[in-house]
Amino acid sequence: MPSPADATQLLDRHFLEVRARLLEVAATLDRLDRAEGEVTRDARREQIATAISILADAKPGRAERLQRLFSRDYKASWRADMQV
Amino acid sequence: MDYIDPHIHMVSRTTDDYATLARMGCVAVSEPAFWAGFDRGTADGFRDYFRQLTEVEAARAAQYGIQHYCWLCINAKEAENVELSREVIAMIPEFLDHPGVLGIGEIGLNKNTRNESIVFLEHMELAIKYEQPILIHTPHLEDKYQGTRMILDMLNGDSRIDRSRVLVDHVEEHTIAAVLEDGYWAGMTLYPISKCTPQRAADMIEMFGPERLLANSAGDWGPSKPTAIPDLIFELRRRGHSEDLIRKVVYDNPREFFAKSKNFQFQQRV
Repeated sequence: MPSPADATQLLDRHFLEVRARLLEVAATLDRLDRAEGEVTRDARREQIATAISILADAKPGRAERLQRLFSRDYKASWRADMQV
Repeated sequence: MDYIDPHIHMVSRTTDDYATLARMGCVAVSEPAFWAGFDRGTADGFRDYFRQLTEVEAARAAQYGIQHYCWLCINAKEAENVELSREVIAMIPEFLDHPGVLGIGEIGLNKNTRNESIVFLEHMELAIKYEQPILIHTPHLEDKYQGTRMILDMLNGDSRIDRSRVLVDHVEEHTIAAVLEDGYWAGMTLYPISKCTPQRAADMIEMFGPERLLANSAGDWGPSKPTAIPDLIFELRRRGHSEDLIRKVVYDNPREFFAKSKNFQFQQRV
């Protein structure tokens, strides 16, 4: 089921909020750069970098792919592994 | 528009919230048993809580013309204590014939541990034995995908489970498809930070359609907004969706799912 609103209407409505959220991400990354210490090898920093690359690609399902990126893995054998 | 909030923890909310919900069009709520913010020590503590859910909250809601229903269990967080969980599960049948008790919930997983899984399976046995619908909590954040898949494994692995009587709650973009494709009801929780926003919930309605899909506020003692469902209604209207579609998600679907319980004696507003 598509949204009844067309793409231009949706962009009109969401452009400023997306701009604001992107600026928040940019400013947070700048803040990390300015701070003492080093997080470039922190897994969470790497997740953020991967997430940004997902946002930039043209494939659909970005929200679902971001969710999976930030998720623990599932093993189908969990019941046998846990003896449940 | 009249609406039903199928998942809200009113024991944690003020009476002013009941008044606000009533003004916003809320005609009924269902309240799953959950974690109180601390681990309770005894089964009698849960007995008191179940009395609060079945007696006190129902009366408090009625003062504002809101019908109150509830679900009973020991939640996933406290389920790590298997011995206490078994005492609580053994006590639950005392309450199952009480008016307003819709079934077993919100059972589920929290950190996806062995003990949580054992207690989940024992709650399933209870629901099957007493022919009760089930409302399921799925874990938060990075644990959600794994935990939801584990929950579906346990449900799908038992042929006695009637999937049309099970609601898997707190679905998001990475879990909704599996829940709906396996034949269960799915609930979207509208939270300010975790879970999903009204905008993303509207996206999921557009992507998956309104069948077997519910929306709730899961308002509780933490960061949450009890009037989140009117926010979703507003978002869907802004996008130009029909009143019929909106009503299906926020009113018709909860009624259809709750009607799986003999204790759901809904009084439609005239």
